[in-house]
Amino acid sequence: MVASRGNNSNPARIPALGLRVLALMIISIVLMYLDHRQNHLDGIRQGIGAAVYPVQIVVDAPVRLWKWLGESTTSRNQLELELGRLQAERLLTNARLQRLTALEAENARLRALLDARTTVRDEIRVAEIMAVDANPYEHNLVIDIGSREGVYDGQAIVDADGVVGQVIRTGIMTAQAVLISDADHALPVEVNRNGLRTIAVGTGEIDRLDLPFLPNNADIRTGDLLVTSGLGGAFPSGYPVAIVDSVTRIPQEPFADVTATPAAALGQVREVMLIWSAPPVTEESVE
Amino acid sequence: MSRDRGSRRLPVIITFIVGLMLTVMPLPESVEAFRPDWLALVVIFWAMQLPRTWSVGSAWMIGIVLDVSYGTLLGQHALALCVVAFATVRFHLLMRVFPLSQLSATIFALLALYQFILFWVNGVAGVSAPTITYWAPVITGTLIWPFLFMFLSGVRYRSRSGR
Repeated sequence: MVASRGNNSNPARIPALGLRVLALMIISIVLMYLDHRQNHLDGIRQGIGAAVYPVQIVVDAPVRLWKWLGESTTSRNQLELELGRLQAERLLTNARLQRLTALEAENARLRALLDARTTVRDEIRVAEIMAVDANPYEHNLVIDIGSREGVYDGQAIVDADGVVGQVIRTGIMTAQAVLISDADHALPVEVNRNGLRTIAVGTGEIDRLDLPFLPNNADIRTGDLLVTSGLGGAFPSGYPVAIVDSVTRIPQEPFADVTATPAAALGQVREVMLIWSAPPVTEESVE
Repeated sequence: MSRDRGSRRLPVIITFIVGLMLTVMPLPESVEAFRPDWLALVVIFWAMQLPRTWSVGSAWMIGIVLDVSYGTLLGQHALALCVVAFATVRFHLLMRVFPLSQLSATIFALLALYQFILFWVNGVAGVSAPTITYWAPVITGTLIWPFLFMFLSGVRYRSRSGR
């Protein structure tokens, strides 16, 4: 009605504007429907994602430059200190690793005795986090390797201290990951002390996880280490997730109120590791 | 002719790219929620000033780029931006003669419309409901509009005289 009122002699009139906006709205809604229902649009996403990549590089550049400047202007003294510290740390880790090899061998032997499958070592690769803020309503991060390097959706990401999150969208040269503290993220964990299994749910706060499904009589205490249980398939088992920092038991409530602090420094990490967990060796694939 | 058009489009495209950079630039967590919707503001400006070249189509494409870089449903920001561009183009003559107070009120309404469409799509798709700070960009966007308007007007006239 309003659209038909203007006459063609009016120079300010944009031809067929209403029609165009209607068409675009319908296209948007169809796209959203397709995107929501199934992942047919991943190709389009990756294509446009590659086009956005230069922008991300440029946004990331000042941070990178700052870091580089910081590195190249540190004094010799400081570098030597750092070197000494790292060497000491390396010795310690190496000593621990020696024991690990022995333990791994022992573990494999015991598993063979039990006729269980041997766990295969996971493959790990370091990725750098780009200083790009992808989505303000989600705890997430962008890493600088993508499907070209074999990153896949659902892949586990850890740092030196524990689980960081998992990949949710893989681009060609970058990938987006959701942190375990995101309010929509839940992670199957077990208590390292006694193998009690539960689920750690993100709270939306970067330094807190909730364990909402533990009954009042569950054997859990402050200071317990939670590790990934490997149930659910996305995360390999045995990586540290969080440390329980408060357990509140209210008698009339069915569940205890348990919160935990993530082991990884979620807000500060700059480098993370991606895990390619080897698929379990099945009988068929052996033959 | 086409070369002439290209040289006139380039400054606008650069403002869009800068807007995208501001959108994905990392901010401290405390102020992150108050980040204005830069691209929505830039789209409104160009749809108001040059509605023949920059209207719903380009707004839609920018929305798709935004969807990809945010990782939201493909088409969500595209839908919101093209509706906002449509409203702007429909009233662009009126908006050009508005005094600043009225123009700010209009910008507020347009940004609220933009956030509402995003909110509504989130609701339909079952994405978890955000907090009250979700609406903060509407206010910061309105507050930043006069400065952005002056800056983009400068870009516009400079690029025109440089032609």
